[in-house]
Amino acid sequence: MATTMTAAEVDLRALTTAVVQRATELGATAAEAVLGEGSEFSAVVRLGEVETLKEAGSRALGVRVFVGKQAANTSTSDLSPEGVEQLVRAAIELAKITSEDPMAGIPAAEQLGQLEGDLGLYYDDVYSLSNEERIDQARRAEKAALGVDARLTNSEGGTFDASIGRKVLANSHGFVGEYRSSYCSISAVPIASDEAGNMQRDYWYSVARTLAKLESPEDVGRMAAERTLRRLGARKIKTQKVPIVFDRQTAGALLDHIFDAVNGDAIYRHASFLAGKLGTKPFGSNLTVVDDGTIAGGFGTRPFDGEGVPTRRTTVIENGELKSYLLNTYTAKKLGLATTGNAARGLAGTPGIGNGNFYLQPGEKSQEEIIKGVKQGLLVTEFLGFGVNLVTGDFSRGASGMWIENGELAYPVEEITVAGNLGEMFSNLAEIGSDLIWRGSVACPTLRIEGMTIAGE
Amino acid sequence: MEKRFFFEKYGLSETDLEKYLAAALGAGGDYADLYFEYLTSTALSLDESMVKSAAQGISAGCGVRVVTGERTGYAYTDDLAPEKILHAARTAALIASGPARTPVVSLKDQARPSLYPVTNAAADAELAEKVKLVFRADKAARAYDSRVKEVRASYADELRRILVIGSDGTFAEDVQPLSRLSVFVIARDGQLSAKGTSGGGGRHKFDIFLTAKTPEHFAVEAARQAILQLTAVPCPAGDMEVVLGPGWPGVLLHEAIGHGLEADFNRKKTSAFSGLLGKRVASDKCTVVDNGTLNERRGSLNVDDEGNSTQNTMLIEKGILKGYMADKLSARLMGLPNTGNGRRESYEHIPMPRMTNTYMLSGDDLPEDIIKSVQRGLYAVNFAGGQVDITNGKFVFSASEAYLIEDGRITAPVKDATLIGNGPDVLTRVSMVGNDLQLDEGIGTCGKDGQSVPVGVGIPTLKIDRMTVGGTGSAQ
Repeated sequence: MATTMTAAEVDLRALTTAVVQRATELGATAAEAVLGEGSEFSAVVRLGEVETLKEAGSRALGVRVFVGKQAANTSTSDLSPEGVEQLVRAAIELAKITSEDPMAGIPAAEQLGQLEGDLGLYYDDVYSLSNEERIDQARRAEKAALGVDARLTNSEGGTFDASIGRKVLANSHGFVGEYRSSYCSISAVPIASDEAGNMQRDYWYSVARTLAKLESPEDVGRMAAERTLRRLGARKIKTQKVPIVFDRQTAGALLDHIFDAVNGDAIYRHASFLAGKLGTKPFGSNLTVVDDGTIAGGFGTRPFDGEGVPTRRTTVIENGELKSYLLNTYTAKKLGLATTGNAARGLAGTPGIGNGNFYLQPGEKSQEEIIKGVKQGLLVTEFLGFGVNLVTGDFSRGASGMWIENGELAYPVEEITVAGNLGEMFSNLAEIGSDLIWRGSVACPTLRIEGMTIAGE
Repeated sequence: MEKRFFFEKYGLSETDLEKYLAAALGAGGDYADLYFEYLTSTALSLDESMVKSAAQGISAGCGVRVVTGERTGYAYTDDLAPEKILHAARTAALIASGPARTPVVSLKDQARPSLYPVTNAAADAELAEKVKLVFRADKAARAYDSRVKEVRASYADELRRILVIGSDGTFAEDVQPLSRLSVFVIARDGQLSAKGTSGGGGRHKFDIFLTAKTPEHFAVEAARQAILQLTAVPCPAGDMEVVLGPGWPGVLLHEAIGHGLEADFNRKKTSAFSGLLGKRVASDKCTVVDNGTLNERRGSLNVDDEGNSTQNTMLIEKGILKGYMADKLSARLMGLPNTGNGRRESYEHIPMPRMTNTYMLSGDDLPEDIIKSVQRGLYAVNFAGGQVDITNGKFVFSASEAYLIEDGRITAPVKDATLIGNGPDVLTRVSMVGNDLQLDEGIGTCGKDGQSVPVGVGIPTLKIDRMTVGGTGSAQ
């Protein structure tokens, strides 16, 4: 595999710039092309037996053209000369039916660039294992999970996945950039049953850019088992207002909503409760949120954004004050601001906004200490459903977790909802944990939030 | 019907196909299939009264699957050159480790239903006509009320051509059109903001957007919801009686019981519905089907993605669990009928049991009598989606338009609320079923294991005696 990729390397870079050039020849006043290439492998082992093996590679090309102030996008998986010619011609033709948008365009030449040096995004070891070894990783994760307790009687399986990708971006200012990325992951999804036959399922996983940083299948499996077992015997609780502690997973999901709310697309369309709040202090002084696309090896790190603008570190919220939105070229122009290098570009469509490594500045206490400080309350460990209204900030999601009694975890809880308003919730952070751990491109320590409503019996 | 697309475009012959199947079964295996897909798509979006972007795409490829026992090997290629397909077939074959098997047989093309137009489908309309739709939606939404401040309208269509061949003799071609028009509105009044959304479509001719499903219809609906939400009060929290309006609130069925009745979960005994065939899972007023054979519906298919004709499958009859939704693998391993529910997002994905159009049949109750019977409760008529944990059966769905019911009368609109329940028992609490079955407007997309497929849902007006409603207001 490595040899064929090397042979194709030059061609793909040349192809991407050729697409831009062809678009210009055909009348585009500006153009941007992006090529994505990737390979994926996955193994699923269930109850000790291989359930699925999947392996494949793919390539596709996208182009965005501007004819004056009119824009259009096309994409194709057909990289033959005819396919590419059709791609460019279709884009030029399509631009004729779109509206003149005075703000349309690619970044200015002087905004383009990329971070230098090895950002630690690509390790070819993720693809170094034989099929047998990959299957073994998945099998060990499941086996470790099911071996923890006799009540773990079934499984959705253990998995091992790996993928590598390459992205080339070129535009009519002469920018050409490319980078590779790699991922590998292990997961386990055991199922536990109680005496009455009621089942609970949970999961755990490890993801890394290199095998060297992947947690062992045994650790992943044991953690999955613990998370599943503690859900057995879950009860409903009464409708009430008590302090709620969100663990790293669910706190990270809450922080995702803050990302959505500072997304430039939502801001200029007034579709966010934070629109128009720049420079004000909508949150408590203990809240600081940062987006950093430059952290070496980070899951949200890249040398340049989806438009060829270098990524950077942006303080989004500082001591409760909204300091910056996250913007691409278009949304920045709409708001009279400068891009923050957060353009996200798939192969098809217009660039949106994507986060770098987006995190909430950790505090002092461990999760254990935070729980200890709660007399009666709820630890939320999972959300169900997507009940968030970004326009108003209203939040209402299904939840499960553990009841806290006198600072101790007492019993599992399920079939309840937790509701509040995101603006108020992030103004009422009673505690912020010290446990910031990167397991993806968004990370948040444990949070304790006051004033939310639990709906139950 | 437009046939033999892949044969003409890629120079395929039946001999080639048999060769690919032979390569897939080169190390043995019970079954192998190839799924060829050629998808063209167009999307337009309007924002601030401008069509700021238009996009078109072409995606083509072939997925090869080899099944041996409960094991599945899968590989795909986005290059349809013979050597690439053969490579994918050999990669998928790595799952098996026996002597080569001779694949059948002659491939058999069967007579298929024709549930949707393949010429003059929405995808074939002029771009200029599609552009008009989003401008009309913008105008109508803004004309509805001066408090409508932001309007986004989008139009999307696709034409998916598939060819499925299997070592069991399966040979199926289909051309599947799909289109959708959506409107999103934000209304503002002083410091208050609220949103409204509407949309619909299906597998039909473009004309439907000029007759029944007009831009004005969706725009007015989205604007109405946004204006209404400006006056919404906090939703109460706690257990209460819930009445669901007809149509899109059928997402309840999809989440509460639909996923739990997909055969793969039941084969693995990971569903809260495992082993309940023949048992009571709903009140005797409830009869629920999954029907992939409805004309022009978003969830309908002439053939599923394994080449089987879709069916009208009885899931729950008068409260008794009658059947699961199966694909080839589940049907074979469980000894169940194959119900034509094998679906996949694209050639990159392994097929699995998925819903088509899932709905409850009408009962005898008048919708107004159902409302009148409620002392204090919630009347929910629009939803924003949901999710289920099929193992413990817990599900949620989010109401985007709901009202309080007080003394048998619909009163104040409430803000976004989440309803949560337990799949295996929520339908046992259905005490009244209206005579007004409606299907949704054609907007639903279902996600499972990272794969999205278009689906339909529907219910008549329903009364559920007790559900947990998650709001921020005080308990009633």
